[in-house]
Amino acid sequence: METYSLMRAFADSWAMAVIFLIFVGIVAWSFRPGSRAVHDDIANSIFRHDKKPVGEAEAREMRAKAQRQAEEA
Amino acid sequence: MWDYVKLVVYGVIAVLAAIGANYAHDPAYMVNALVVMLAAAIAFVYELRHVGEVRVHPANEYMDGVVRAGVIATTFWGVVGFLVGVVIAFQLAFPSLNLGNVTDGVLNFGRLRPLHTSAVIFAFGGNGLIMSAFYVVQRTSGTRLWGGNLGWFVFWGWQLMIVLAATSYVLGGTQSREYAETVWYIDWWIVVVWLAFLAAFVGTLVNRKEPHIYVANWFYLSFIITIAMLHVVNNLQVPVSIFSSQSVSVFSGVQDAMVQWWYGHNAVGFFLTAGFLGMMYYFVPKQAERPVYSYKLSIIHFWALIFLYIWAGPHHLHYTALPEWASTLGMVMSIILWMPSWGGMINGLMTLSGAWDKLRTDPIIRMMVISIGFYGMSTFEGPMMSIKAVNSLSHYTDWTIGHVHSGALGWNGMITFGALYFLTPRLWNRESLYSLKLVSWHFWLATIGIILYASSMWVTGIMEGLMWREVDANGFLVNAFADTVAAKFPMYVVRGTGGLMYLAGGLIMTYNLWMTVRAQPAKAVVNANNAVPAE
Repeated sequence: METYSLMRAFADSWAMAVIFLIFVGIVAWSFRPGSRAVHDDIANSIFRHDKKPVGEAEAREMRAKAQRQAEEA
Repeated sequence: MWDYVKLVVYGVIAVLAAIGANYAHDPAYMVNALVVMLAAAIAFVYELRHVGEVRVHPANEYMDGVVRAGVIATTFWGVVGFLVGVVIAFQLAFPSLNLGNVTDGVLNFGRLRPLHTSAVIFAFGGNGLIMSAFYVVQRTSGTRLWGGNLGWFVFWGWQLMIVLAATSYVLGGTQSREYAETVWYIDWWIVVVWLAFLAAFVGTLVNRKEPHIYVANWFYLSFIITIAMLHVVNNLQVPVSIFSSQSVSVFSGVQDAMVQWWYGHNAVGFFLTAGFLGMMYYFVPKQAERPVYSYKLSIIHFWALIFLYIWAGPHHLHYTALPEWASTLGMVMSIILWMPSWGGMINGLMTLSGAWDKLRTDPIIRMMVISIGFYGMSTFEGPMMSIKAVNSLSHYTDWTIGHVHSGALGWNGMITFGALYFLTPRLWNRESLYSLKLVSWHFWLATIGIILYASSMWVTGIMEGLMWREVDANGFLVNAFADTVAAKFPMYVVRGTGGLMYLAGGLIMTYNLWMTVRAQPAKAVVNANNAVPAE
């Protein structure tokens, strides 16, 4: 088989299946248990730092909170 | 030391540009070289006056100066782009407006058309995307824009690109690739500026204080990365001389056409869709004062667009030398795309659930909602037009132009206006906009303008398609091409009128934003750089 046909056959079989499965995997991952709390937190993040960047102390606090959340989930 | 290096670099660029202007093979190259020389000279003088100054980048303040400049540039280029659009719309209705005898073709439709498309897409849309990306990535990351004055380099580099492109087009410089008309050296300059944009954006994300990356940033990032990739591949050109604006594509024939429309459709998909969705996912929840309806849906929306859009390009080449399978693939992927697009539309609209009353009281929300409505409408119309049977009627007709404008004027334009109305009082520290009534005027002028535009293009497009395919009993074509041109005249006048209304709305917005900065009482200063004089 010449290169073109070989690559075409590969592209519309295995490659397509892999891409499709990656996509399905991403969607499934977004529904993982415990994702709701994380997603709610991110969705509300736009209301947090409107005026000024986060200072060092606050940043430490936020990291600790994210850590706790990850452990709970 | 670094200041002196910069002075030398600017000086060398100015001299090289002067030499280039001297040896230029064509007027577009010569004028571009002179523009570069001038820009380098201005940068040189500016640098000279600021040698040895300490540049401060306080980490406890957002870098809003560059966003303010972006708001001004977006507004300015928007009005310019709409104006050129109105001019070429009336040139089509009244060909004498080409002024061919007076201007020697410089203001012909063929020269002004890329000027219009580039002005609205890359100057208005591009500035809107860059400034809003800078605003959003700082706020959602809780950190200052990365890279010191890199943001300013991106801003001025982009304006230089716009001026180079505009002066090149009217003098005949073009690659003849739709939405990628800029000649080879402008293409390389775009790469430089774009990589700086990517660096500033990613650098800020890396420095973020929030643990997660908000979905708007995902859309902005995909837009920046994909446009870089598309732009480089579509502009692989060999210049005929370093002193000429002419170049030859490394691809040829149907491969060249496919690369162009792989670029062309993904410029729509990632520049005009993903980038502006970044705006939607930030500014709509902010203006509605409630989080996005479903964060999960936004993730699915994002990944579905990423996985699907890149395949849709071949639908621009139905019934050509392109292999049948590629054309079918493009059509099928375009139709599948309808679903995630509507998922995103629903997500944007439902963000208002429980706050629908704001539609009555807040004209900015109204503007954002109608823009999401147009996003939904054009992402339905697009897949439908990509179906081969429909495309055989619609292709090469004005229907396509109508479709593009319902997306561009309706979706991209309206969401950008919404963002500008949102940002201006905040960036200049004003209590509120100068006038909500004027926002309402803008809203209705723009909306009615788009409706006139889109509906006249549907009528003329379908009429044109039917006239082209009409055959008599013996199989001869009934209509000459000129017959369709004559039949389109009334619709062209209606279209121009719609454009005129849209332009009027843009002018009202400009006045409103100007007066917001000029005449509204200032709030207490938060960032030191908010304390700007009121003009």
